[in-house]
Amino acid sequence: MSKSLFDKVWDSHVVRKIEDGPDVFFIDRHFIHEVTSPVAFLGLKNRGLSVLYPERTFATADHNTPTINQHLPVEDPLSANQLKALEDNSNEYGISHWGLGHKKNGIVHVVGPENGITFPGATIVCGDSHTSTHGAFGAIAFGIGTSEVEMVLSTQCIMQPKPKKMRINVNGQLGKGVTPKDVALYIISKLTTSGATGYFVEYAGDVFENMTMEGRMTVCNLSIEMGARGGMIAPDETTFEYLKDKPLSPKGEDWDKAVAYWKTLKTDNDATFDKELTFPASDIEPMITYGTNPGMGIGISNNIPNADAIEGGVATYKKSLDYMGYEENDSMIGKKIDYVFLGSCTNGRIEDFRAFASIVKGKQKADHVTAWLVPGSHEVEDKIKEEGILDVITEAGFVLRQPGCSACLAMNDDKVPAGKYAVSTSNRNFEGRQGPGSRTLLASPLVAAAAAVTGVVTDPRDLI
Amino acid sequence: MAYDKFNILTSTAVPLPLENVDTDQIIPARFLKATERKGFGDNLFRDWRYNSDNTPKENFVLNNPVYSGKILVGGKNFGSGSSREHAAWAVYDYGFRCVVSSFFADIFKNNCLNIGVLPVQVSPEFSEKIFNAIYEDANTEIEVSLPEQTITIKATGDQESFEINSYKKENMLNGFDDIDYLQNIKGDIETFANGLML
Repeated sequence: MSKSLFDKVWDSHVVRKIEDGPDVFFIDRHFIHEVTSPVAFLGLKNRGLSVLYPERTFATADHNTPTINQHLPVEDPLSANQLKALEDNSNEYGISHWGLGHKKNGIVHVVGPENGITFPGATIVCGDSHTSTHGAFGAIAFGIGTSEVEMVLSTQCIMQPKPKKMRINVNGQLGKGVTPKDVALYIISKLTTSGATGYFVEYAGDVFENMTMEGRMTVCNLSIEMGARGGMIAPDETTFEYLKDKPLSPKGEDWDKAVAYWKTLKTDNDATFDKELTFPASDIEPMITYGTNPGMGIGISNNIPNADAIEGGVATYKKSLDYMGYEENDSMIGKKIDYVFLGSCTNGRIEDFRAFASIVKGKQKADHVTAWLVPGSHEVEDKIKEEGILDVITEAGFVLRQPGCSACLAMNDDKVPAGKYAVSTSNRNFEGRQGPGSRTLLASPLVAAAAAVTGVVTDPRDLI
Repeated sequence: MAYDKFNILTSTAVPLPLENVDTDQIIPARFLKATERKGFGDNLFRDWRYNSDNTPKENFVLNNPVYSGKILVGGKNFGSGSSREHAAWAVYDYGFRCVVSSFFADIFKNNCLNIGVLPVQVSPEFSEKIFNAIYEDANTEIEVSLPEQTITIKATGDQESFEINSYKKENMLNGFDDIDYLQNIKGDIETFANGLML
């Protein structure tokens, strides 16, 4: 029977099928962080259970870590307590732990691929919805709740009904200044935040085939924002090239064997999908969001839609615009902004910093803008220094911070004040996401850079 | 045994007819710092419920003494966003045992099922009927029967059936959870793991 990439990976990880129930689904790689794991370990202790395969779980601290002075003790006692719990639990159960200060520390979805923990055909979970990032490698990767973290720790399995399948094709050539982030925000704006709920997405077409691994990670990362559990892209030479010689990638004969298998992970020609959508690349502009969910995005040169042009409730839509302080038909170009955030598991990799630097080079940060530039990991931070990007951004008036999730969810001190506008390369513009009362405009690193130097929403194509 | 058993729940309900209620509204990230599953109910809908000086916002439904009960009725696409189980814990800890919506975000729904909060998906029309019934009479009772898989507006007799797979239904009726099940098939899991390449 013909199978999709998703079928091949899913079906090869089913330990047992339950009639009119979920599949018992085996997990190859499990990431944990300080926020969603402590209660899972508490559950293990309460039940007297052990960790079945500690070598399949990897711990890194990222969600509430500070992004300055990481060598000092963490000031917030609650955050410090969670970080300590992660360290203690990892030590107690023999789990690899890359805590604050460790050279491999960084955002879980940045350090996993960087170190070759992620691989094609793998099943990967973490108590974080942006685990979908790892789908870029042709893995089935998705976020889970803490009860499921406990299941994975104790049995390496979770119970999941197999989702439906959707394929999204984008074909053609992307225009100037259009990045993987824009492709994703465009798709979400078409599907809405619930358009792919219940589905697992495969991205196909030459736009994704021609994308770098980092671009693919950005796209797959945002799959959850249209409601999908995850998204994946078939592994190819770009994937193998990226993974070869990564610290934890297979080596020698094991590598050859693995690649031979990974090459079979493609959707068969006559495989079918429950839903299939196709978009032309030429339709996609640099995107920006204007509302309080990631589906509320438009091409940067467009105006905010009228409530009557929107699917869904008018009251909810108006509440959202009201929160943002925007009106229907407003143009986004020229809107004043106060903060810029470059970073997160969506756009905190070296290519994102290169893109940002390409715009700000030789210019100056706008005086009234506060900018937080936060690398996704120490490895990204090191490359920023090696490649001379640090010099470029420093000359332009920017400061580089230390790795972590930072202002994406503002669990640490990197909080956007109430009422202020932030152009952010992260993934969610929910009310208060970046701090109570904060207003978020999601965009690519290019759009963020253009806003940072002009102080207003600016089409980056005017600065390229 | 992991949580309360769920059988038939008859209760008044709290209406929240907004769409796309996301997990950052259900519980903002800054309240995720506990290392124990305690006290999350206090921060349920924190920023809609309280002003920045912690005084209650009078126009938010949880601060309106007219509405109470163990059933929360939300708008379409309830629980979108993060995988934080804290959102489901907050709903539970506040005292809700059932959430009704015409459409649930996937992970939130799963998290609810894993901790003993029953997510009941109804048609948009039925959702409308429930909201109308509550607004007409805040004391109107909703009956949710897990054995029958039905939800009924007691005053009008309007009823709809809802879906739940029989595995999860058994779990909720008996207060079992997935770990109980998985522990019993550890041998199968180990055999499976031994056959893996990586």
